[in-house]
Amino acid sequence: MLKYVVKRIGMALITLLIIVFLLFILVRIMPGNPFPSERMSAEQIANKRAEMGLDDPILTQFARYMGNLLQGDFGKGTSLYNGAPIKTVLSTCISNSFRIGGIAILLGTAVGLLLGIVAALNRGRFMDGFCTVFSIIGVCVPSYVFLIFLQYNFSFKIPFFPYFFDPSRFLFSSVMPSVSLSLFTMSTIARFTRNEMVEVFDSDYVRLAESKGMYGRRLVTKHVLRNALIPIVTVLAPLVVDLLTGALVVEKIYGINGIGKLMVDAIAGEGIDYNYVLALGILYSALYIGIMLVVDILYGVLDPRIRVAAKGEEA
Amino acid sequence: MEKQAAGKQIYVPRKEDFVLLGNRDITTDANFASQSYWKGVFIHFFKNRRAVVGLVIITLIVFFAIFGPMMNSFGYKDIVSFRNEKNRKVVAKGISPRIPAIHKLLTGEEYDDSFAEYTFLFGTDDLGRDLWTRTWYGARVSLLIAFVTIIIDMIIGMSYGLISGYFGGMTDNIMQRFVEVANSVPRLVIVSVLAIFMPKGMGLVIVALLLTEWIGMSKIARAEMLKIKEQEYVLASRTLGARNGHIIFKEILPNTIGPIITQVMFSIPTAIFTEAFLSFVGVGIVLPECSVGTLIEDGFNNITTLPYQILPPIIVLALLMLGFNFIGDGLREALAPKLEDM
Amino acid sequence: MSEEAKTILDIKNLDISFRTNAGVVHAIRGVNLDLRKGETVAIVGESGSGKSVTMKAAMGLLDSNATVNSGEILYTFTDESGREQTVDLLKLPKKQLRQSINGQRIAMVFQDPMTSLDPTMTIGKQIMEGMFLHKGMSKEAAHARALELLTLVGITDPEKRFRNYPHQLSGGMRQRVVIAIALSADPDILICDEPTTALDVTIQAKILELIMDIQQKMKLSVIYITHDLGVVAKVADYVDVMYAGKIVEVGNVNEIFYKPKHPYTWGLLSAMPDMDTDDDRLYSIPGSPPNLLHEPEGDAFAARNQFALAIDEKLDPPLFKVSETHYAATWLLHPDAPPIEIPKELKARIARAQREVEKYL
Repeated sequence: MLKYVVKRIGMALITLLIIVFLLFILVRIMPGNPFPSERMSAEQIANKRAEMGLDDPILTQFARYMGNLLQGDFGKGTSLYNGAPIKTVLSTCISNSFRIGGIAILLGTAVGLLLGIVAALNRGRFMDGFCTVFSIIGVCVPSYVFLIFLQYNFSFKIPFFPYFFDPSRFLFSSVMPSVSLSLFTMSTIARFTRNEMVEVFDSDYVRLAESKGMYGRRLVTKHVLRNALIPIVTVLAPLVVDLLTGALVVEKIYGINGIGKLMVDAIAGEGIDYNYVLALGILYSALYIGIMLVVDILYGVLDPRIRVAAKGEEA
Repeated sequence: MEKQAAGKQIYVPRKEDFVLLGNRDITTDANFASQSYWKGVFIHFFKNRRAVVGLVIITLIVFFAIFGPMMNSFGYKDIVSFRNEKNRKVVAKGISPRIPAIHKLLTGEEYDDSFAEYTFLFGTDDLGRDLWTRTWYGARVSLLIAFVTIIIDMIIGMSYGLISGYFGGMTDNIMQRFVEVANSVPRLVIVSVLAIFMPKGMGLVIVALLLTEWIGMSKIARAEMLKIKEQEYVLASRTLGARNGHIIFKEILPNTIGPIITQVMFSIPTAIFTEAFLSFVGVGIVLPECSVGTLIEDGFNNITTLPYQILPPIIVLALLMLGFNFIGDGLREALAPKLEDM
Repeated sequence: MSEEAKTILDIKNLDISFRTNAGVVHAIRGVNLDLRKGETVAIVGESGSGKSVTMKAAMGLLDSNATVNSGEILYTFTDESGREQTVDLLKLPKKQLRQSINGQRIAMVFQDPMTSLDPTMTIGKQIMEGMFLHKGMSKEAAHARALELLTLVGITDPEKRFRNYPHQLSGGMRQRVVIAIALSADPDILICDEPTTALDVTIQAKILELIMDIQQKMKLSVIYITHDLGVVAKVADYVDVMYAGKIVEVGNVNEIFYKPKHPYTWGLLSAMPDMDTDDDRLYSIPGSPPNLLHEPEGDAFAARNQFALAIDEKLDPPLFKVSETHYAATWLLHPDAPPIEIPKELKARIARAQREVEKYL
């Protein structure tokens, strides 16, 4: 098991390093002027470049960047936030995004699981149909559309929730974005849980358990749930990444200072802020790889087929 | 009637019933009378209510995306206006959906503004453009982007996966490591890096989709290849001396096409979703061009003043998702029917 | 002797149909079958003939789209107080069936050992489950008993295997574990649904011998579901030949193998591979079983029967009595039927086999 974990972590780190390197190269060889908003003479630019070390060989630059990165220093933005340190800006944004995303994940997973289980246990009956319709709607309508709908009805028509995000009333103003973000997760998990459970219910080993005399709740908790829930971890991973990072449009609509909105500002504004693109690219990739890694390990812990196989063949 | 049925049940055997039927054709199999694989898939698909609903939805949307913009005289970029008696330009700004004939039928009155005779099924936007035309034009753009990119992705992904799976060993190993790295880059990061190199617009969306969607296809193609590779008929063909290219394209490709088409049906909605979201954020389609995404953004910007404006693109988007997902589900079931559905 | 002749499972006129997307499939069309204490009955037939469905009905394991139209499955047992009781398994509520019959009275071994064990639970736990459920054993007692069972089914190093997960075991070992699970609560009847089909040929014989051995030791009555006549010859006392949801011939092993009466049984026997046959081609019954979505009129086998009579297309034959234990549902046994004998090739084969057997006696 330990060997398996170490191997996974090693692979993840190497992948991340490759990606960071590629990102760095791509951003550094970008066409045009890295200082778009300032009007400087050719001489000033040359000085500035020298000062920032942009004339050094690319590998030297990369080594320096990595050195700073390991100390948590992402450098400064070229146009956003008047060149405030990226680290400061990032930490606020991350905390906003993660808190809202976190609520959405918890809500989506809990309700999704519940719906899926209830649907599978009532196969072919009303709750099953409800779950199907619900998950179809949740998958077919983007989360920001839900948010627009909620915002229009419950902030504009009936002014109950704040129209825009208000950090001073964090929980209250997180309700609408979190709920709309959670719907996709909820419906995906509900649908997946239901289908997995139905499949396990039809499996030979449940048949054997029944022939032993298992029934009812005991059968469900001991044999069905365990086998059905393990694969759910794998669908959960991309959903978590999407929520923690991909709340782009929701953050933009609701005026949340999160990393999604930051990314929009960095690429969709007047000029592109290369340093933010680089920093956010690294952050996103690291998160993505990190969560995939956690899922991989978790899967190993949960599924004896992987856990025990990793211990070395005994049979 | 009842007598007859009863009579049938207690049919009394007569002597002449006990003769051998003799030489009949008993070797033909009536149950499994040759029904080709694809014909079976076809029949199974059309028996699935949801799949048919999906197909109808998509057909309708494609129909309107092609012919909808031609159904009235307004262009998708044109601002509807005319000059009145005083030679002042009157613009059809923010008119809610209307069909004058029906309005008259229901209320007995006519609209009392300058556009009383105009029909705007979906209304007009804040600049005075006809939303019916724009919605279908936008749907056309979104569908085109999705179709084009997914078909290219299918070709790239399939070739990659089939080659990787077929050759196996070192080739497969290297190709899979590459996929692993490529798969670890979030789509958003790819978009943001692209935004540095490319101008915003349709091109950016297409390239972003090209760079990400092929991976899923290649995985499916590779898995199918690994599954099929060891089967007898491929081995047989290899022992007969068939060359690699021949085996890949003639033996294996026809068998992988099913799962790949299913994946395409699921990738198209992803592509449409992505396009909509990129355009909404402002790195996709640029005004005055339009797509489903920009139309939703427009609608959102005017939501407090013209709330009806956001509805058509949202409904079209949701129906596209629904339709393609239904077709995908239907195909998947038709290609691998479970016993109980037989 | 009289003790042994007691019928413990009696299936009467069982009729089951399934609702499917394509329509109603009438899978079981009036099956009668009985099992006596200590005996082994084999149900033989092609896939889709309804042999598994019949036994699943007895276990309460029918899929949710199945309907039992008529019939009863009577199970006779001696309860804790020593009284003899008979229950209709089809009428018993599912909960009660699971609590008092499944595992404890009637247990089942499934076809594919690769899929019939829960992949996320250790072997030991899966064996002990039945003991906790039915016997209320303590953990220690159950543990000891599980080790005993593992040894009984021929697993070496049971202490280690106890802690293993299914994927760490080979197919043959897994089937042994499945048997151990079936035995965990001391059942009276063991239903084996093609217990060796998914296994290597070399292991098949070992598993069969194991089941026979355990049957002796634990005084079990066994029902085999199989399409393999080789298995039948090896293990069965009585044979029920099933075709298209009906039993077409019943008899003891000698009657079925040496004096078969039904053309379908002839076909099955002819289709068995044989070393000495003069034929250089393997015989197979022409055509395939009827699709019970469209129930055939008359005898379901008529369309594939080279000895079909005109009456076969009009009326389903009843079971004709051949001897006290031997019945067959074919019009050929009717007094008015033309004299049709067993095909020559088959007759020669049977004679050869008989000589073969006599040599060893």
